[in-house]
Amino acid sequence: MTKLSLKESLPRLLKKKPGEAVSSTSLLLTITICSFIVMYLLAMLIWGGGFLNPQQFFDIFNNNSYLIVISCGLTVVMIAAGIDISVGGMIALVTMTCVVYLEDHTGSVLGSVLIALAMGLTVGVIQGFLISYLQIQPFIVTLGGMFFAKGMTTIVSSAPRTITNTAFLALKDARIVIPGLGTYGKTGNFIPVRIEPGVIIAFAIVLLIWAMCKWTRFGRNLYAVGGNSQSALMLGINVKKTKFFSYVLCGLLSGIAAYIYLLHTGAGNASNATSSEIQAIASSIIGGTLLTGGVGSVIGSLFGVLSLKTISNIVVASGLREPYWQSITTGLMLCFFILLQSIILKIRKNKGIGT
Amino acid sequence: MANTLKKVSSSQLIIPLFALFLVIVFNLIRDVSFFSVSVIQNNYGNWVLSGNVISILHGASELAVLAIAMTLVTSATKGQDISVGALAAIAGSVFVRTLRGNEITMQLILFGFLAACLVAVIFALFTGMLVSFFNIQPMIASLILFTAGRPIAYWINGGATPTVESPLLNNIGSFIPGIPIPSPILIVIAFGILVALILRFTNLGLYTQAVGINESAARLNGINAVFIKLLAFVILGICAAIAGSINVCRIGLINHETILIDIEMDAILAVAIGGNALSGGKFKLAGSVIGAYIIQALTITLYAMKVSSTAVKAYKAIVIIAIVVLGSPVVQKFFLQLKNKILNKATTITETN
Repeated sequence: MTKLSLKESLPRLLKKKPGEAVSSTSLLLTITICSFIVMYLLAMLIWGGGFLNPQQFFDIFNNNSYLIVISCGLTVVMIAAGIDISVGGMIALVTMTCVVYLEDHTGSVLGSVLIALAMGLTVGVIQGFLISYLQIQPFIVTLGGMFFAKGMTTIVSSAPRTITNTAFLALKDARIVIPGLGTYGKTGNFIPVRIEPGVIIAFAIVLLIWAMCKWTRFGRNLYAVGGNSQSALMLGINVKKTKFFSYVLCGLLSGIAAYIYLLHTGAGNASNATSSEIQAIASSIIGGTLLTGGVGSVIGSLFGVLSLKTISNIVVASGLREPYWQSITTGLMLCFFILLQSIILKIRKNKGIGT
Repeated sequence: MANTLKKVSSSQLIIPLFALFLVIVFNLIRDVSFFSVSVIQNNYGNWVLSGNVISILHGASELAVLAIAMTLVTSATKGQDISVGALAAIAGSVFVRTLRGNEITMQLILFGFLAACLVAVIFALFTGMLVSFFNIQPMIASLILFTAGRPIAYWINGGATPTVESPLLNNIGSFIPGIPIPSPILIVIAFGILVALILRFTNLGLYTQAVGINESAARLNGINAVFIKLLAFVILGICAAIAGSINVCRIGLINHETILIDIEMDAILAVAIGGNALSGGKFKLAGSVIGAYIIQALTITLYAMKVSSTAVKAYKAIVIIAIVVLGSPVVQKFFLQLKNKILNKATTITETN
């Protein structure tokens, strides 16, 4: 499997030299990024208004930084040919626990961060152990994880709670100003673009995981195990250990995502992040990750989240305000990308180009 | 004797039967009156059976029907359809749409059900096409309908949560006057017998398993794999229509957000608890149906223990994980080794004596 950077793969893709293999990961990633850029440019041209406002663009990050983080976790698990649907439930459980800890036990911010990380890690370790060492189907284990997390959330507190801890609120209201970007208000004053601290964390995680997948032994093992676990085993890769750590990583990331979610909303609610696992899976698929494993990239998942949310914005901008239109367009978009990937892979398979 | 014991213990049904046994024993120890069945007079003046056992059988009707379809899809496509809840919502909406505003007669109900079947089959075939023609994993393919299905159901009835009321619908959803057993149970029994007969007298079961075990081998043997997979999805559509219609009859209205919510997860669980591999191939329908009743029995048991309805999920998850851990190949191998060790020790002791 030759992995090429985007810079190398684009010209090769366009020139179509015979016998030159572009990895499926790069190809699908390129398609996702291009389609996102085209979509956003079209939205800017047709609807203008909000799409020309940089703050609206960065609001996508502000509102969905938690989704980016769990998409990264899911991408890692999906590259290793697994699935984790407990992440949404975990966000609800961790946020609720942190809120109760901060409010009822007058906890510190650092303590709540540690709780979030520890809970994510624990669930990741348990699920990873059950899946890789006891060989239970990942779907069933993480479904159990999801049920457990959702049920526990209502046991921790059945009523929605809001945080009043001053130290936490100071952190929650912290904003980072991006210099040079912004719009002029009606009175002529310059309003700079503001982003939440969670966005920085999310970007750091995307870069870290991307680097990990590309340059570390664990990252390459993930692709090998997901592509063909039998041959990975024969190459001397510890398949069980690799799978185990992919779930541990995903669990840890769901803990981090939960804290980012808490920083964004500042409230604990049993319905927090409902169906976000499905959105994260959808983002990963749009980003070019295959559920069959071995193909995918976290950069793609980042663009998957962006595409998904841009479509929502476009739907609202085009006047279809009923909430069901968003779900229907999401479904259509998924359908488009799934079909596109399937056709591309089929053509490549017929031409004999491997993954 | 030893032979039959071996046959029983290696059977696929051992896991669901053992789980069912555990649930029953647990309830016997906890409270024997859990199993009491009494005859009471309901609001309509009928003498009907009542009790926890009846409510388990009654409540699991939709799940049992969907578990049958899920087993076939799992077997043929090596994956699961996660859109059955959304499909049932669509079917239920079509059912309500045809009944709403008309005088409800038996013919109209039948017509509404057929319309619901048709629409559900069309939507199921959409997923089926993606799976069989484009070789997309079923879970991914059904993700499309999973996200868009309930909004479509909402759109069919133009918003709101329309209600339909008629004594005829009550007959289907709860009790037929003069018969003390809830009608959904009878419907499930009839449907179960029908499916069992189809599997017994046609090659559907054999072909489905052949496609699931090795698709290319099945194709080389002259089985039309694409057709078999599509057929599994057609059955899924019909089952979703049955489940949706029963649910509408039972509660008399349709709410696209809450009707049979999370049932896809329960249906997949039922398949897994039933001892069927989620990676396709061989299947036992009886196992899945027992699995469905185990899930409902668990829920009712937890309700009887005064666990709040939202917290039930957490306990259910623990029990289910425990069941699959016990059923996992690694743990079973471990137990087998343990058993052999003990037996060997026993034989060596007798030899030295």
